[in-house]
Amino acid sequence: MYRYDEFDHAFVAERVAQFSGQVARRVSGELSEDEFKPLRLMNGLYLQLHAYMLRVAIPYGTLSSHQLRKLAHIARTYDRSYGHFTTRQNIQYNWPKLEDVPKILSELAEVEMHAIQTSGNCIRNITADPLAGVAADEIDDPRAYAEIIRQWSTLHPEFSFLPRKFKIAVTGAPNDRAVTRGHDIGLRMHRNGDGEPGFEVMAGGGQGRTPILAKTLREFLPVDHLLSYLEAILRVYNQLGRRDNIYKARLKIMVESLGVEALGELVEAEWEQIRDGVLDLPVKERQRIAAYFAPPGYDDLPGDCPALDRAVADDPRFAAWVESNVHEHKQPGYAIAIISTKPHGGIPGDASAEQMDAIADLAEQYGFDEIRISHKQNLILPDIKKTDLHALWQALENLGMGAANAGRVSDIIACPGLDYCNLANARSIPIAQRISERFTDIAREREIGDISLNISGCINACAHHHVANIGILGVDKKGTEYYQVTLGGVSNENAAIGTIIGPAFDEWQIADAIETIVDVYLQQREDDEKFIETYQRVGPQPFKEKLYASDQAR
Amino acid sequence: MSIRSNSNSVQAITANRLSDGYVIYLTARDNWSERIEDCQSAPDAQAAEKLLRQAQRHADNGQVVGPYLFKIEHENGTPVALGRREIIRTRGPSAGTDLKQPI
Repeated sequence: MYRYDEFDHAFVAERVAQFSGQVARRVSGELSEDEFKPLRLMNGLYLQLHAYMLRVAIPYGTLSSHQLRKLAHIARTYDRSYGHFTTRQNIQYNWPKLEDVPKILSELAEVEMHAIQTSGNCIRNITADPLAGVAADEIDDPRAYAEIIRQWSTLHPEFSFLPRKFKIAVTGAPNDRAVTRGHDIGLRMHRNGDGEPGFEVMAGGGQGRTPILAKTLREFLPVDHLLSYLEAILRVYNQLGRRDNIYKARLKIMVESLGVEALGELVEAEWEQIRDGVLDLPVKERQRIAAYFAPPGYDDLPGDCPALDRAVADDPRFAAWVESNVHEHKQPGYAIAIISTKPHGGIPGDASAEQMDAIADLAEQYGFDEIRISHKQNLILPDIKKTDLHALWQALENLGMGAANAGRVSDIIACPGLDYCNLANARSIPIAQRISERFTDIAREREIGDISLNISGCINACAHHHVANIGILGVDKKGTEYYQVTLGGVSNENAAIGTIIGPAFDEWQIADAIETIVDVYLQQREDDEKFIETYQRVGPQPFKEKLYASDQAR
Repeated sequence: MSIRSNSNSVQAITANRLSDGYVIYLTARDNWSERIEDCQSAPDAQAAEKLLRQAQRHADNGQVVGPYLFKIEHENGTPVALGRREIIRTRGPSAGTDLKQPI
């Protein structure tokens, strides 16, 4: 895991001192809200419906036990004893007091964390594959590159006032678990003909009111040139991106209007000026940062684990959890465990201070001290011995976090929605709760299999509903909440934007509608097709017919 | 952020308190309360404009953030917010981990 050097420590401490002064001047009346707002946003502090909200960056979704305990401590001391993990691998606190925020930032700095650039028109927290470093399909650990990008982009003087926010995601694997094509820039690692690693650079993705998948700007970028090429893209965007219309300011709109080829030419021309210069990564420096992400000291273990096989055979509930929540690890004898924050009827992404502390302990006891946050709002213990999985699951069960639903229909991504968010038009959490309560039967969830269901409370699409197999968008119609359903979205390497299936449903109809969609899939399914495969084969018609049957009868 | 008055409805003023961001309402005594029951209501556009100017002075003095007018009605003499957003602001989140904690 990356550790701050002296420069990093001094930089973050300076920033905390600066913001402490800004808060003091706001409280004394020296600064107006108009003057203070951009300053607080630069430090991740929003004013939401009921209170302030502080968004803390978890770079590339990686935490140590020590850091997670600090997040629990902050929740307990300065908030209401819980935190909310988001689709951008951040954590949000919903109830901090303004005067406490400098203290919170000081406490975060103690564990090498901060809230810088979690808001505002700048390069946001760099996200990465949550299975980085442990997935069997990986070419190289993307976190070293994400860390390099983070260092380059933090308070980059040229890119602190971009036309709009800017999101970058990195994956080192061909199977995309980081929604790279849903970002302004997505980086996916490949090897060239000579076996050298490099990135496919995709540009102009984004969700929101105009969902667009990123297009390939460059097929292969040698890793040495990563920063100079990113700098060239950002320079072109910073100069040509629209600043007159917030809805047309993202890079995706520029890519759509210019065309990806024309943008590519502009970027290449800019890159010619700066490539092979100071921004090209010296191999030594790259190796120095990569060393922080070196694999832990794994034991030499056999791949087979009879003790695990016995526990699976003896306990059907554990077997169900292993089936859905445990992933293959690249190291024989080890496994990746997904901890669901989504018990049936629960609140997606929320974890109490007690749960965070307990997971920190479990990571320390069983998992080399490391925890990941996924864009699906779950926690992951990436390095668990197969022999420890049963004990781990029993501990998670005691915490209320043993739900066997990763990748299932109740593994719902939901934004905070109108219960908390100032931008939302409709509530998301109660809808997620109602839907997940319809699928409490583990056997039925297994039968339905792999599926994604995401709920956003407004068109900003924080819950990535456009790229969910079943997407739900909350809309407001004259003060009443309605929910529009899209089908067919995909967030992986075969990314696709879902299409609206028909008229929206009200808050009391939406859970029935989701059950109907699932039932149509089960009726139409051939062999062991996944939901998305059935949908892609049969199209929307059978779903429409069933969903709106009573409308047609009228 | 100020929303202009609407002549057809009874309105009141809400804002967020600077210190903790909590939802507050402008009262008849020209101060602020966390309880909507204490709000000063404006029966017409003229009264609403006056309330908004009053609230803006508090914002300019730095005590409150973002005052605006919102629609209310009286149920048995008690003011209640209209519209889902304002109802949630009044009552707090309808779902959430923090509901186990006192607000």
